Amino acid sequence: MTLGLPLRRRRNGSRFFVYATLIAFVAGSLFPFYWSFLVASRDTGMLSDHLPPLLPGGNFWSNAARVFDAVPFWKALGNSLVVSGTVTLTTVLFSALAGFAFAKMRFRGSNGLFVFIVVTLAVPTQLGVIPLFIMMSDLGWAGHLQAVIVPNLVTAFGVFWMRQYIVDAVPYELIEAARVDGCSVFGTFVHVCLPAIRPAAAVLAMFTFMMSWNDFLWPLIVLDAGNPTVQVALEKLQSGHYVDYSLVLAGTTLATIPILIVFLLLGRQIVAGIMQGAVKG
Amino acid sequence: MTTLAEKPARQDAPGGPARPTLRQRLSRWDVKFSPYVYIAPFFVVFGLTGLFPLLYTAYVSLFDWEIGDDDPSFVGLENFVTLFGDPQFWNAVVNTISIFLLSSVPQVIIAVLLAALLSLRLRFPAGWRVGVLLPYSASLVALGIIFANLFGPRYGLINATLETLGLDRVEWQANRFAGHLAIATMVNWRWTGYNALIVLAAMQALSRDVYEAAVVDGAGAVRRFFSITLPMLRPTLIFVVITSTIGGLQIFTEPKLFDAMPGSNNGGSQHQFQTLTLYLYKSAFEGFDLGYASAIAWVLFLLIVLIALANFLITRRIAATTGLKR
Repeated sequence: MTLGLPLRRRRNGSRFFVYATLIAFVAGSLFPFYWSFLVASRDTGMLSDHLPPLLPGGNFWSNAARVFDAVPFWKALGNSLVVSGTVTLTTVLFSALAGFAFAKMRFRGSNGLFVFIVVTLAVPTQLGVIPLFIMMSDLGWAGHLQAVIVPNLVTAFGVFWMRQYIVDAVPYELIEAARVDGCSVFGTFVHVCLPAIRPAAAVLAMFTFMMSWNDFLWPLIVLDAGNPTVQVALEKLQSGHYVDYSLVLAGTTLATIPILIVFLLLGRQIVAGIMQGAVKG
Repeated sequence: MTTLAEKPARQDAPGGPARPTLRQRLSRWDVKFSPYVYIAPFFVVFGLTGLFPLLYTAYVSLFDWEIGDDDPSFVGLENFVTLFGDPQFWNAVVNTISIFLLSSVPQVIIAVLLAALLSLRLRFPAGWRVGVLLPYSASLVALGIIFANLFGPRYGLINATLETLGLDRVEWQANRFAGHLAIATMVNWRWTGYNALIVLAAMQALSRDVYEAAVVDGAGAVRRFFSITLPMLRPTLIFVVITSTIGGLQIFTEPKLFDAMPGSNNGGSQHQFQTLTLYLYKSAFEGFDLGYASAIAWVLFLLIVLIALANFLITRRIAATTGLKR
């Protein structure tokens, strides 16, 4: 697509400028990741206030090993996997079910309820953390993973996203056919709707997983240092060893690499998801 | 448009009046109640862990309520009176708005320009898009730690570079404005590429006819960008501005991790970059004063609603005066 500023072959100068700007931008995007690895691969004692060499040293693995001694990093990784995995599964399932109901079923109040969901997208529920904390303490859930999982079982964004997709992706004829064949409503959902919405479900799953993996304020409040998620463990690592930059940034690098790999593998789909969401939203 | 309707009733019983069989009745209930069952999880979860706590915040704010307090005492609006006389609160309001402006204004401008570049016919279009989105993969904690190091008072690359270039060091943590600038840089680094993709999607959805007409009329590329692309992008830009308002005014992780004393919730030695959410967190979980923290939460909530509403009204007026139909 060429919009606004079409590149012409005769303008080699502007073409050079465009690529140079983009390269500079991507380099700026990558640099902090590289810097984190760079510091992590050296010894804090070897760092200095002068401009450091911009090539990595050989100490990354020894620094990484120290991360596991300093904080319960394995436990944090396991916890984050459990939390993000559960939240992703339930969000996709519940969002698909609700999206199916809003897109393809007629029921009293459906329009009003859907508008309500869209409005809640703009509600800063994060500001309710204090009563939420009181509730979790009363339930005895503080410090346990369910305190982080339950509030995120399904999101307004997920319902909105799936509904918008199902409206176009699932034809009424197929639903009718399944009904005539004697499928229950849930059977119709499983056999007709689910197969048709895999792409949208995959995008929602990726975003939900990333959001959950990166979530910080609420886990910090409700979990303790002995049973953390990765982000909480990282914060503890920084506040406990803050002058040991090589150690802290080794932890940061370790925590970032998995998501970065997912990004490089599924980047196209993630970009497509953001851009589709923008047009539908 | 037909939606899921009841199955045509089968005449199972030959002769006799057609009484609905159990199966048919079950099927009817299935169609009638299934949608409510399917949407129930959202409403239960949102109601119990989103809406109720948010409203209950207003209730807690009327009490002198300490963590673990079984019998909090009602104090009326006392928390709010204290809050409005609290210089640290007003300091946090100014910091929050200052960081928000420093991060949202340049971000929107750069995102639009970047989207314009990405909309050109490029080699490897997907590669560039993934490239500008990479910062989005960093968690806020990782981002905060890395940038706190880059801007750090010791071994900080930014100051080392400034000194190598013969310039003066900047006390990023100690100086109020410099701190705001550094925190805004983190926000911009993470979100500019993301917002550029949203603007790019909107650009690609614009009708090509207008552009062709403009080319025929002899409008140059720059003219087309400012006279066609920008005005037509307004709804998207407002969307970007409103979402970044809601997120930006709640900023917490970046200022928390930026502190020269990691782990501290002070937002700098003189609270020079303490934001409202950081002050809320400190009051509740370091000062254990849940009532006071709830008052902060409620005021911040109203502030967000107010600013978002102002944005919305401005949008409507702009849309009305330009007569854009979308």
